[in-house]
Amino acid sequence: MNIIVCIKRVPETTDADVFIDKSGKDIDKSGLVFDLNEWDSYAIEEAIQLKEKLGGTVTVISMGGEESNESLRKCLAMGADDAIRLTDPTFNGSDGFTTAKILGEAIRKIPYDLILTGTQAEDDGYGQVGIALAELLRIPHAALINRLEVQDKKVKVHRELEGGLEELFEIDLPALLTIQTGINEPRYVSIMGIRKVAKKEIKTLGASDLNLKAEAVGLSGSDIQLEKIFLPPVGEGAEMLEGKPEEIASKVFDILKDKGGIA
Amino acid sequence: MKEIIVLAEHRRGELRDVTWEMLSKGRQLAESVGANIGVALLGKGVNHLAEALTPKANKIYLIEDEHLEFYNSETYEKVLVQLITERKPFLTMIGHTATGMDFAPSLAAHLKMPLATDCIGIDLQGETFSLTRQLYGGKVNALVSFIKKEPYMVTVRSGAFPVFEKDPLDGEIVLFPSPLTNEGLARRFLQYMEAAVGEVDITQADILVSVGRGIKDPENIPMMKELADAIGGTLSCSRPVVDKKWLPKDRQVGTSGKTVKPKVYIAIGISGAFQHIAGMKGAGTVIAINKDPKAPIFSVAQYGIVADLFKIVPVLKNKVKEFRKR
Repeated sequence: MNIIVCIKRVPETTDADVFIDKSGKDIDKSGLVFDLNEWDSYAIEEAIQLKEKLGGTVTVISMGGEESNESLRKCLAMGADDAIRLTDPTFNGSDGFTTAKILGEAIRKIPYDLILTGTQAEDDGYGQVGIALAELLRIPHAALINRLEVQDKKVKVHRELEGGLEELFEIDLPALLTIQTGINEPRYVSIMGIRKVAKKEIKTLGASDLNLKAEAVGLSGSDIQLEKIFLPPVGEGAEMLEGKPEEIASKVFDILKDKGGIA
Repeated sequence: MKEIIVLAEHRRGELRDVTWEMLSKGRQLAESVGANIGVALLGKGVNHLAEALTPKANKIYLIEDEHLEFYNSETYEKVLVQLITERKPFLTMIGHTATGMDFAPSLAAHLKMPLATDCIGIDLQGETFSLTRQLYGGKVNALVSFIKKEPYMVTVRSGAFPVFEKDPLDGEIVLFPSPLTNEGLARRFLQYMEAAVGEVDITQADILVSVGRGIKDPENIPMMKELADAIGGTLSCSRPVVDKKWLPKDRQVGTSGKTVKPKVYIAIGISGAFQHIAGMKGAGTVIAINKDPKAPIFSVAQYGIVADLFKIVPVLKNKVKEFRKR
């Protein structure tokens, strides 16, 4: 069972105060902590669990600059066998479709039975790359997988739908699945674990290695472009309760009593 | 005549809300440029749904086939490639739902059609689209444009567009032939699986104390449960808490969990991703505690507290308990 996992390094913004940078097209990332995209951490964990059960290899691929090595090494420390980084100045500005195109050219050269990606990335949230990649590779696919079981040349998957419902499919291999959070419990990687793989080679491939012309990638190869970003309009907004914890608790208590919240 | 085609999304005999939302937005866009609004309905035995769609579109393209009884990305793609190639709509609209996310990117790639996913705003000036999307989990919005020329495809976020009442259109039902054959599919539908029934039904609760990622550690669950018990409420949560296995799935509020409408909803350490808000925006009074003043939860809350939840929760819990003793 040879598995390829596509991953991305993203800034952690859940608890961060976010500001727009001077270009007006992105957030100011200085001071933000970066990590493996949350969905991808579940995808790599799933791949490693399959490898532990069925044998074979796990190859992890990411498109990005040298800083992406950090996330690739994390995956190696988790148990991936090989890591490949796709990098070229011409790749900058690639949209979801073009990213899929670049990944596709690299993956074509590697034998595989299964490709896993996260369902989406925390930063741009396209939810597009994996499913478009499957089409470019002409293999069957399914999104939002929260359970899977490999059976011989097939994989049985559960797809997470709305309202807690699931949809079960059987898919012939090779196939591409996009993984939903919660499918497993991604293993913890210690600093020692990362150190152990610090010397492991991360192969890099550029546009010429992939026979990709400059006009086919980056912004010129893309279908969509970002014009500007702005902070979402705030609704009427909440009435803010301020003061010491004791004062705030008193106010909340009064509101609860008033709104029937203390029965 | 130019045309916009919306994909009707339905499951188990019912059209899903996003269908009506897309038809409302699609009609407004179509009328602004003198175009028609069409809707594609794929299924088996779905005539009644086609009838229900007639007031909302000029054309209802009905594709009936036994292979379409259950949604499958492969069959949907085959049918829609044929329909879109023939009808040449300048815009195709698909829900950014569990269904749309599963096949719109591959359909667009197959048709070499520019795709903008998860749109919450769609504006059209002449032939130029301007789309609003969210980045970084909803912390910022982005305006996005297409580089290439039409036709285009968008996927549309559920609940992002209101449904307007407009004059009925008396649309024509057009039977569109199915290109599907008995040829083997590489992906085969097996069955649906219902959500497991848990010990509590959070949809029936009048008061929900709902916890999110901000509670940091499963060891803090008992403290939150104690607060819920003291108030006489039920403990619920947002998705990350279930993903981390701190609480079971039946406690989850949101798109992939449950939709709740309690009298009072206390959101503790929940940032308020749109999938969560979709599940609780019908609550009577929302009180939110979060340390990030920009957390989207504050835009749907009536009362907000920007503070360390661990400083507030114990004090509030004791206050309610004291009151109970009296």
